[in-house]
Amino acid sequence: MNALSRCLCSYWSSSIGKKLVVALTGLALVLFLAGHLTGNLLVFVGQKAFNDYAELLHHALHGAGVWIARIGLLSCVTLHIVATIQLTRENKAARTPYAFDATIQAPKSSRIMIWSGLTILAFVIYHLLHFTVRAGNTYDTYVDAAHLANTGLTRHDAWKMVIDGFSVWYVVAFYVIAMTLLCSHLSHGVASMFQTLGLRSKKSRPMIAAISKGYALLIWLGFISIPLAILVFGFGK
Amino acid sequence: MSKQLNLTLKVWRQDSKESAGRIETYPANNIPEEASFLEMLDIVNEGLIVQGKEPIHFDHDCREGICGSCSLTINGIPHGKDRGVTTCQLHMRKFTNGDTIWIEPFRAKAFPIVRDLIVDRSAFDRIIASGGYIDVRTGSAVDANSLPIPKADADSAFDAAACIGCGACVASCKNASAMLFVSAKVSHLGHLPQGQPEREKRVLAMVRQMDAEGFGNCTNQYECEAACPKEISADHIARMNRDFAKAAAKEALV
Repeated sequence: MNALSRCLCSYWSSSIGKKLVVALTGLALVLFLAGHLTGNLLVFVGQKAFNDYAELLHHALHGAGVWIARIGLLSCVTLHIVATIQLTRENKAARTPYAFDATIQAPKSSRIMIWSGLTILAFVIYHLLHFTVRAGNTYDTYVDAAHLANTGLTRHDAWKMVIDGFSVWYVVAFYVIAMTLLCSHLSHGVASMFQTLGLRSKKSRPMIAAISKGYALLIWLGFISIPLAILVFGFGK
Repeated sequence: MSKQLNLTLKVWRQDSKESAGRIETYPANNIPEEASFLEMLDIVNEGLIVQGKEPIHFDHDCREGICGSCSLTINGIPHGKDRGVTTCQLHMRKFTNGDTIWIEPFRAKAFPIVRDLIVDRSAFDRIIASGGYIDVRTGSAVDANSLPIPKADADSAFDAAACIGCGACVASCKNASAMLFVSAKVSHLGHLPQGQPEREKRVLAMVRQMDAEGFGNCTNQYECEAACPKEISADHIARMNRDFAKAAAKEALV
């Protein structure tokens, strides 16, 4: 075994090391969310801006960029979930239950992490089938008509796909529920990331709590604004 | 005549390590409100002995909040819901006449029950033995203040050193994690110049022993610092996480 794999094994086999894996993969996913949200908000700028952005993502590095990102994200998600499931199983095994159970200060969001996390996983699978694989719908056939008229080139109309996708009430309901659980997951997860990476101290403690709650709220408001604008306020129709 | 309380106790009784336990109900009548929680149990036990019944077994020693012997999870909270006190410092005036009080041991897989409310906390001793020491030369005592220590470091080391090793952190943790205890011990020595030579070796050994004892993993909910009778901060856990990450990388790579 070489030194690097010995180092990684020593992390993975210890409680703190495995939590570091959760924190670092969590950090990557948290940063991805910010990028994803920024891109998505282009839907409000207009059809051209949004479809230009979609085209850019699919053609970065001659089409390899999107696959590099997908593989990176998939590895992060896998490591994050495998580690947290193992940790949760150990935690359940270590605790003998009390007849009279009480909680002093742990917020609800911190106590449902595994369930909010697994619901988000179910949501991500649905979300990929909905907009990436486009299974069970005809979004693949959408062509950006304005772009075709201006340039004579055919490209996918991602903007119309979003508008049509969020015109169905139960789809919107599922998205809003999933984003609410994501908000709960982040409100504990972001602060935990700082603690596990050893960046929390007496002085930074209130700031980290504020960053965590603020970021969770921002992500929640940002992501639910799109389906709600379309379904409730008729945006894009 | 001081005020007296009549209470109902729901107490965990377990004859031995192997036997199955159960909650039993006892009346606790005419308890003076200035009695400590342990004195209340003494009164109940005297009654049980007179009736020819087995008294309730519980750990206690100094009864002034410094030895770390007394335990008891009272209404689901180790050492009761008052902040910064041990069970022996909890007084019956904090309860109301007619209350029902649930009394359970400090529960965790790593703290097996010996009898009734007594648990075996020797896992903590093994963690201390694995790294909670410093190397010093023997002989004449070193001059006082010969090693300059920044005030903030001395204060932080002292805060961590206040840990009495009672195990309330483990008992309160949703995952029965010992991170607050271990981090207090790591921080206590790691803040001081005398603790530097073994700093990396210590954090690795103590964390590995902690994992081997079957404690759970920290999920950053800070129930431990709320339950700690010495109010030790979970900031020490962040420091230990940082120390461990550095030490594990250095051990494997350098």
